[in-house]
Amino acid sequence: MSRMEQNPNKELLLDKKWLNEWNRQKKPRPPLSKNIISAFLGGGAVCLLGQFILNLFISQGMPKELAGNPTITTIIFIAAMLTGLGVFDKMARIVGAGLAVPVTGFANSITSMAIEFKREGLVLGTGSKMFALAGSVIVFGVVTAFVVGIISALIH
Amino acid sequence: MAETVTEKIRPVGKRAGNQSMIMEKKAVLAAAATVAGPKEGSGPLAEHYDRIYPDNLLKEGSFEKAERRMLEETCFLALGKLGLSPDDIDFFIAGDLLNQIISSSFCARKLALPFLGIYGACSSLVEGLSLGAMLLEGNFAGRILVATSSHNCSSERQYRYPTEYGFQRPGYSQQTVTGAGAVVLGSSLEEGPRIESITIGKVVDPEIKDPYNMGMAMAPAAADTIYRHLTDLGRDADYYQLILTGDLGEVGKQLNEDILARKGLNLLNYTDCGIQLYYPHQKVHAGASGCACCALFFLGKVYKDMLEKRLGRVLFVATGALHSTTTYQQGESIPAIAHAVALEI
Repeated sequence: MSRMEQNPNKELLLDKKWLNEWNRQKKPRPPLSKNIISAFLGGGAVCLLGQFILNLFISQGMPKELAGNPTITTIIFIAAMLTGLGVFDKMARIVGAGLAVPVTGFANSITSMAIEFKREGLVLGTGSKMFALAGSVIVFGVVTAFVVGIISALIH
Repeated sequence: MAETVTEKIRPVGKRAGNQSMIMEKKAVLAAAATVAGPKEGSGPLAEHYDRIYPDNLLKEGSFEKAERRMLEETCFLALGKLGLSPDDIDFFIAGDLLNQIISSSFCARKLALPFLGIYGACSSLVEGLSLGAMLLEGNFAGRILVATSSHNCSSERQYRYPTEYGFQRPGYSQQTVTGAGAVVLGSSLEEGPRIESITIGKVVDPEIKDPYNMGMAMAPAAADTIYRHLTDLGRDADYYQLILTGDLGEVGKQLNEDILARKGLNLLNYTDCGIQLYYPHQKVHAGASGCACCALFFLGKVYKDMLEKRLGRVLFVATGALHSTTTYQQGESIPAIAHAVALEI
């Protein structure tokens, strides 16, 4: 057998089957129930805040259909603010998906990239890197909206 | 036509087994210095660091510049302990985690020394010590400066997410250490722990694809190198008063022990640098990682223990994960390497 054909792992101590078994048995698992409960409570708190802001806009005389947009904008502003103050990542470490799934996660991904890359300048840094994490959300959001839009047009 | 060479040609004498070398002149770790970031500075080893910075930026413009300054300062601290200036050094060997090892190269610009930049990820310190010891063995140098650094924020930004990005890290993930370490290697005339033998490791790939699971990706490489070292030199594990792995963390340490136990090697005097740098309440999950992880524990604590004769023989095995963001985004697994140096005093 030539040198190229030899199994490079032949002489090593590694037994892949044994390692997979070890992985299954001993690798620490995420504390699922704790994560789910904290995500539920955290996400719920964001929604509660959203509802409170929405009601505030409506009580100021804004029509119910139009009050949604300024509510989302306010939530985005709060999330971006907390990111800038260095608090958001500490909160997200506890509640996880509770902050990642609502619009707060989206705002955080954009703001954190903008802050991180500001040292590369406005053009090569902040401007071009800002949407590096959120970009796929936008692209696939638009694609999904397009597909759903066509299906809905065909049905009606 | 020339005859085909089928057997590997090996020099006799200083080689032992397939991967090890025995040093005759025995380079001496004449002085060592460590600097640490704020989180490491509030950890259990705080008293052992030469300098602790109150913040991660060091009043520099960026995390990369901060890392570079830590590396420069630790080099000058190590030189200062022997009353040396950069002019007394023949080679500067350094490596770090950032792309194109910029911390090391830019630090070398300041030191203005003949420079060998190395990359072994978190194994860079031991790789540097090995190369330095071999240069001294060959009489190519009288004194060599070996240094390494890592910075939590610059690494997170390069390998993972921006610092302010909010997400939950898995329980087996590790914290990249902010800090730097430097050591002056000198000839056997100087006082200090001596490098007695070296084992250069192979790249081992357990086919782990999760970039948070560094401990498991690197443990097989560490186990392989420890096993080769002991068989090459015909030693038992209890020959050493301490066997030290670089930055496997809790998960990797357990895997390393389990792999070696299958081969009939039970490590009694064994610990990992990754589980020594932080208190449990500092919430670093499975432990510490990064070039500075083994630098801070080994050069900070173990080095002093050896000087004060609390430890006589130490096997220092540093591990490195050799992936990049490109390889893991393209779905490739994480290969790893481990190098070992045996020290005695």
